[in-house]
Amino acid sequence: MTAAAFGAVAETPSPPRRRAWMRSEEARGLAMVSPTFLYALALLFLPVLIVIAYSFWTQNYLDIDRTFTLENYRQALTEPIYRDLFVRSLWISLTVSIVTVVFSYPVAWFISFHGGVHKNLWLFLVTVPCWTSYLLRVMSWKIILGYGGVMNTGLISMGLIDKPVTSLLYNSNAVVITLVHSWAAFAILPIYVSLQKVDRTLIEAARDLGDSRVRAFFRVTLPLSLPGVISAFLIVMIPTVGDYVTPRLVGGKDGVMIATAIQAQFGKGANWPLGAALSVTTMILVSLAAAAVVLALKFTVRRIK
Amino acid sequence: MTLFTQRLRFIPWLPVYVAVYFLFLYLPILLLPVFSFNNAATTTFPLAGFTTKWYGTLAGNSVMMEAAWNSLIVGISVSLLSTILGICAARAITRYRFRGQRAATGFIMAPLFLPEIIVAVSLLMIVLAMGVELSLFTVILGQTVFCVPYAMSVLVSGFEGFDRSLEEASYDLGETAIGTFRRVTLPVVAPAIVSSLLVTFTISLDEFILAFFLSGTEPTLPVYIWGQLRFAAKLPGVLALGTIMLVASILMLTLAEILRRRTERRTQMAHMLP
Repeated sequence: MTAAAFGAVAETPSPPRRRAWMRSEEARGLAMVSPTFLYALALLFLPVLIVIAYSFWTQNYLDIDRTFTLENYRQALTEPIYRDLFVRSLWISLTVSIVTVVFSYPVAWFISFHGGVHKNLWLFLVTVPCWTSYLLRVMSWKIILGYGGVMNTGLISMGLIDKPVTSLLYNSNAVVITLVHSWAAFAILPIYVSLQKVDRTLIEAARDLGDSRVRAFFRVTLPLSLPGVISAFLIVMIPTVGDYVTPRLVGGKDGVMIATAIQAQFGKGANWPLGAALSVTTMILVSLAAAAVVLALKFTVRRIK
Repeated sequence: MTLFTQRLRFIPWLPVYVAVYFLFLYLPILLLPVFSFNNAATTTFPLAGFTTKWYGTLAGNSVMMEAAWNSLIVGISVSLLSTILGICAARAITRYRFRGQRAATGFIMAPLFLPEIIVAVSLLMIVLAMGVELSLFTVILGQTVFCVPYAMSVLVSGFEGFDRSLEEASYDLGETAIGTFRRVTLPVVAPAIVSSLLVTFTISLDEFILAFFLSGTEPTLPVYIWGQLRFAAKLPGVLALGTIMLVASILMLTLAEILRRRTERRTQMAHMLP
C-alpha cells in the first residue's frame, strides 16, 4: 500500500472513503494495537479507577457505604503513623534513586565510551542479577548484613572490628542498600541509551576549545545525557516508594514503609477505602516529589552550562 | 608531588570502580549457591563442609512440588498471553503509523512506572468486586499486565529492523496475509518471539507481589518461599530451592539474549541483500 494509491482512494466519494479508511494504515495500526490496549484498559486503567472510587467511600463492617467522603484522606494525611510512613517512604525512595543514579552513571559511561565491541555483553551482565528472583536477592542481603553474616565475619577476619556490628540489618540503611542493588540495571540502561546518542564530536570540540576533561563532561556530556538521567530517576523512584518485600525482610521496626500499611488494610485491618486512599496518596506524593526532583535537576544542569 | 600521589594517578580508576560495582551486583546471587551446599543450618562463615542433603530434602517435599507445578502453569500461560499481546502491540508500533500511537505505547508501558503494590491492590479490588474467586487464573491475568511491557520491548527491538519490502514482495507474488506472515515474517522474527517467551516466563517465575495478593490458596514458588522464611530451620532448603530457580532463570535469560542477537543479525542481513 503506497501513499499515492491511498491519496487517490481518499478523494473518491463518501462510502468508498469509509471503506478506504478501513483498509488504511491508521485503521490497521489501531486494529493491531487494540487487543493489548484493551487488556491494559481492563486490567490496569479500570482497576485504578476503582481504587480512586473506593478511596471516597466508607467501610461499614462488610458493606461499603457509597456516599462521598474525604474522611479516608483526612485519616491518611493527619494520623501520625501514616504521616511518618509517608515521610519515611518518600525519603527512602528519594535516597535510593539518587544513590542508584550517581553510582550507576560511571558504569553506564564506561560501557558507552569504553565498552568497545562488547557493549551488548556488558549490558547483559548488568541486567542478569536484576532479572533473577527479587525475593531471593533480598533474602541474600539479609544473610550478608545479619549478625553472624558475611559482612560481620569479613570485617572481623580483617581485624577492623572485634565483635559483630548489629547496626547493619533491620534499619532504613539496610533497606536503601538492598533497593539500590535491586534497581541498578533500571538506572544504567536509560543512562546508557542517552549516552549513546551523545555526539562524540561535540566533546572533542569542547576539548579542542580548551575545556578540561572534567569541564567538558559537565558542560557537554552531562547536559546531553540528562533525559536518560531523568528517566532513570523516575523508573527507580516511583516504584521503590511502594516496595513491600525489602522493608519486611531487612527493614525491621525502623524500616517499615507505606506498603506494609496498605497491605494491612486489605488483610487483617480490612478497611479497603482507607487502603485505597493510602494508595492514591502515595501515588500523588511520589509524583509531586519526582516532579520537584526533575525540575531541580534541569535547573542545576542549566546553571552549570 | 610525592611518590604516593604519583602512583595513585596511574591506577585505572574507572575499571576498578566498575569491577567493584559488579562485585556488589553479583555478590548476593553468588552467596545463595555457596550456602545451599554448606553443611550447616546457619548461614555464617567459615563454611562447614560440602553437602547436597538440602537438595535431597526438596525432592520429598510435596507442598513445594505443588507450588512448583503452580508456578509452571502460571509461567507458561503468562508467557504465552503476554507474548501474543506483545506481538500485537509491537507489530502495530513498528509496522503502522496511527494517531495516538505514543499515547497507546505509554499506556501499555505504564506498569513499569507504577509501584507494584498499587497494581496488585487495584487488581485485587477489581477481581473481588466482580465476584471472581482468587486462583491461579487471577495470578495469570495480573502477571500478564506486568509482563506485557517487557515482552513489547523485546519484540519491538526484534521487529524494528524488519524490512517491509520483503512482505510487499510476498503480497505481489500472490501470497495471502496469513501466508506472508507464516512464510516471510515469522522466520525472521521467530527468535525475538522465543526470546520474549523466555523473558516473560522468567519474570513470572520470580514475581512475588502480584502472586502474593492474587493467588488465594494456590501458592506459586515465591509465595511458598515467603511462607517458609519465617522458620529459621527451613532456610537451607529454601536456599537450595532458590539456587535451582536462580540457575533456571540465568539459563533462560542467556538463551533469550542469544536469540535476540540472532534476530538482530538476521534483520541486518536482510537489509544487506540487494
